[in-house]
Amino acid sequence: MPKSDSLQGSLDLLVLKILSRRPRQHGYAIMSAISEMSEDVLRAEEGSLYPALHRMEEAGWIRAEWITKDTGRRARIYELTVAGRKQLAAEESRWQLVTSAVNRVLRTV
Amino acid sequence: MSLWSRIANVFRGDGLSREIEEEFEAHVAEAVEQGRDPEEARRALGRALRQREESHDVKVIAWLDSLRADAIFGWRQLKRNKITSAAAILSLALAIGACTSAFRLIDALLWRPLPVAHPEQLYVLSRKGMGFDNKPGEWDSWAYPAFAQMRAAAKDQAELIAISYADRSDVTYKTDQEMEKANLQFVSGWMFPTFGIQPAAGRLFTENDDRQPGASPYAVISYDYWSRRFGRDPHIIGRTFHFGDGIYEIVGVSEKKFSGTEPGTVVDIFIPTMMHHSVTRQDSTWIRTLAVMKPGIAIEPLRAKLAAVSHAFEEKRLSGETGLSQQTLKGVLANQVLMEPAPTGASGMQQEYSRALSALAVLVLMVLLIACANVANLMTVQAAARAREMALRVSIGAGRWRLVQMVLVESAMLAFFAAASGALFAWWSAPFVVSMINPPDNPARLILPADWRVLGFGMALTLSVILLFGLLPALRASAVKPVSVLKGGDDPHSRRRLMHGMIALQVAFCFLVLFVAGLFVTTFQRLSNKPTGFSAERILLLETTSRPAQSSIYWDQVAERLRAVPGVERVSQSAFPLLKGDNWNDSISINGGPPSIDLAYFLNVSPGFLETMRIPLIAGRDLRDGDLYPNAVIVNETFVRKFLNGENPVGRAVEKASDDGSRERMQIVGVMRDAYYSSIRSPMLPVVFVPFHHKDAKGGLSPESDETFIVRTASSNPLALATTLRQEVSRTRSGFHISNVITQKELNEAQTIRERLLATLAFFFGAVALLLAGIGLYGVLNYSLQQQQRELGIRLALGAQAGNIARQVTAGIFVAVSLGAVAGLAAGMASGRYIESLLYQVKATDISMLAIPSLTILLAVIIAAVPNVLKALHIDPVAMLRVE
Repeated sequence: MPKSDSLQGSLDLLVLKILSRRPRQHGYAIMSAISEMSEDVLRAEEGSLYPALHRMEEAGWIRAEWITKDTGRRARIYELTVAGRKQLAAEESRWQLVTSAVNRVLRTV
Repeated sequence: MSLWSRIANVFRGDGLSREIEEEFEAHVAEAVEQGRDPEEARRALGRALRQREESHDVKVIAWLDSLRADAIFGWRQLKRNKITSAAAILSLALAIGACTSAFRLIDALLWRPLPVAHPEQLYVLSRKGMGFDNKPGEWDSWAYPAFAQMRAAAKDQAELIAISYADRSDVTYKTDQEMEKANLQFVSGWMFPTFGIQPAAGRLFTENDDRQPGASPYAVISYDYWSRRFGRDPHIIGRTFHFGDGIYEIVGVSEKKFSGTEPGTVVDIFIPTMMHHSVTRQDSTWIRTLAVMKPGIAIEPLRAKLAAVSHAFEEKRLSGETGLSQQTLKGVLANQVLMEPAPTGASGMQQEYSRALSALAVLVLMVLLIACANVANLMTVQAAARAREMALRVSIGAGRWRLVQMVLVESAMLAFFAAASGALFAWWSAPFVVSMINPPDNPARLILPADWRVLGFGMALTLSVILLFGLLPALRASAVKPVSVLKGGDDPHSRRRLMHGMIALQVAFCFLVLFVAGLFVTTFQRLSNKPTGFSAERILLLETTSRPAQSSIYWDQVAERLRAVPGVERVSQSAFPLLKGDNWNDSISINGGPPSIDLAYFLNVSPGFLETMRIPLIAGRDLRDGDLYPNAVIVNETFVRKFLNGENPVGRAVEKASDDGSRERMQIVGVMRDAYYSSIRSPMLPVVFVPFHHKDAKGGLSPESDETFIVRTASSNPLALATTLRQEVSRTRSGFHISNVITQKELNEAQTIRERLLATLAFFFGAVALLLAGIGLYGVLNYSLQQQQRELGIRLALGAQAGNIARQVTAGIFVAVSLGAVAGLAAGMASGRYIESLLYQVKATDISMLAIPSLTILLAVIIAAVPNVLKALHIDPVAMLRVE
């Protein structure tokens, strides 16, 4: 299964969705969550996760914060903003629209 | 958060990179905790550098970031070449500051619209043609009855407003019996509502305040005067003051922004025109006429209508003046009426200084261009020194625009520092120039706001300066070809050609500046060294008034008292001081003939005036006590030449012929040397000195209200006696007040204020231009010497003659300088026409005038060339070749 390609357009959507279910996650946890929830079908490319996070942060969809973990190491955790919530809704409905259209095509052919 | 945080992130620099790095480290640590191999986790994350770059670019605004980097780099470059950078900044600062200052002055005087409702609808009426002295001229003064007729005629097309010439006047506030000076102006009552000016306190005039002569003794004071004189006293309304023969009540304060319609003068007190003593006189012209056009009205038909009214008025009035010659009458009646836009108001300072300031503005612009050329050459040299660095940048993939940006940022930093210091210079220098326009007792006051207009000009100027000196070197530096640089030098000649072009420009501008400066300095010298015909040494003038007017016998008593004051050598009297600018003229009739076309000029003087002023008597006798007007008069040589064909006039009688046809027979008792009367610029006038004393209708001596005591003091500083004399005058007899104390020297100097201003500033900028051009020349010579070092070394080794070497080093420069000088010469000759009216007894075509800039520039070239030629001759071929 070509993992990276299928994720290309939907990484933002997945990250937003995960942050809406489980707020205040750091990058690694988001990445783990993607593979865990998709039962290992989807895997976020580690190399493209952080630029995506930083881009969404600059766009104001998510905000970041440094926390100190129990181990004493600092971690950068992310959570959704109000704008991010709106963006999630928009991306979700767009996704539904696209997949249902693709499904219709697959059924009719 | 986003834009601001991205701008902020630009300046966080390292902190930002560290943060990104830390997040990645946390990620790897997390992976290791999950049991992954650290190496594998790192690999999965991708190349750290690329990651960091990518995230970094997301978090910052890329162009701003590169600008920041360039700014830091540029700052290092500037610091590395401290002396050249400082010199460049200083010269640019001076030039930018001077240009901004010139802009401030010209804007304030000529361009800035008055703060009135519709400045673009404002026009000023004037007349042009032959005057009563049969000399061509243009006048903007009108008699009030003529104004009233014109206003009625224009009613539907425009509102006409009468505004007198603001005048330094004596006013006395009741509470403090001291007499003081205030700029007083008579204005139409409807001026304030027409201009849409609001009161800052009390009320302003309306048309009701300006209906009946003498019926409205009210005053409105300006905000400036209210602040300056009364500290914004809220109880100012209702205060009264004496002015002339009347008592006036202050009814209001005008809006802060409005300080009158005469740029160069700030009005203190406004009074309705109906309070002026000449408001009903047809033969006294004392107001300007401004017209506020109604929307959509054409100018020309209205002008023609007003011209017809004015002509009819003059024709009717002059029909009663039987004493005028036919020629004068014809000339005066043929005067044209002009209507010119006056959105900035109308003032004498505008007329006198617009051309002078424009000439200065062109000079400082030249200096700016010279400075720009200098800095451009400097940047070119630095770019040459950095050719290798540029080549390296190109070879590792820097785009051309990136390099242009890098060099331009450096230029912009130079320009920014220069603009900042230039702003300080302009802040100081514009008021300084205004303070040089300081006729005694009436210094110019020009409102010089530093607002968006000035700021906008400064910014635009700085931007153009950056492009002027920065763009060419930047484009050139960015066009570097790595291969040719690494080969050991691209085409050095093209760079030198550019620099020589700059030198030619500099020399042309410098020549022009020096040439014009030479003309101004010569004009000032000729005028100020001109013999006046009298001696101003140790002369103190006490301009004295008496309210009410008192018999001349009492004036003589005051003079007698002053003579007794220790330190006073001589005291005489005259109606007004020589060279004050006042005039009293009339025609002369010889042997009962028709009135002369040339006018003679008169002055009442006391016996002994000639000796006090050291004007030699060359025939006959001086006036004596007991001489009565017009039984004894003294004439000057020009009078004898003009009216009496040079014959000995002592004992002869001539007639003074007034406009109204009346004649007075004057007996000439003496002839004096020529001396200037009201201005040293006009040709020598025929002058008649007449006695003060004359009988009035009842046979008594007629009273006088104004005289000037002319005091020759023993000490070389006549002003030291001012206080004593002032007290002595008031003490001698009540009613006498000294309204003004000046020295004759100040009056003489006031004749050449504009010329002194022009000469001083032009000389200063000429010196700056020469210095900058000299530095530029030296720099370019030095650069081309370095470029040719290898070649020169070889030539010297082969036994080249010193002359050949010198020629080779300087050849290009001499061509550039000659080209520049010829261009400057042509420009100088051409500019002569525009500044002709500012010159006196000197022409732009005088050979001697061309010699000054030519020789000065030649000298500068030699001074710049000699050290470089010497350096070239001392090149050690062996050492030279070993370096390479």
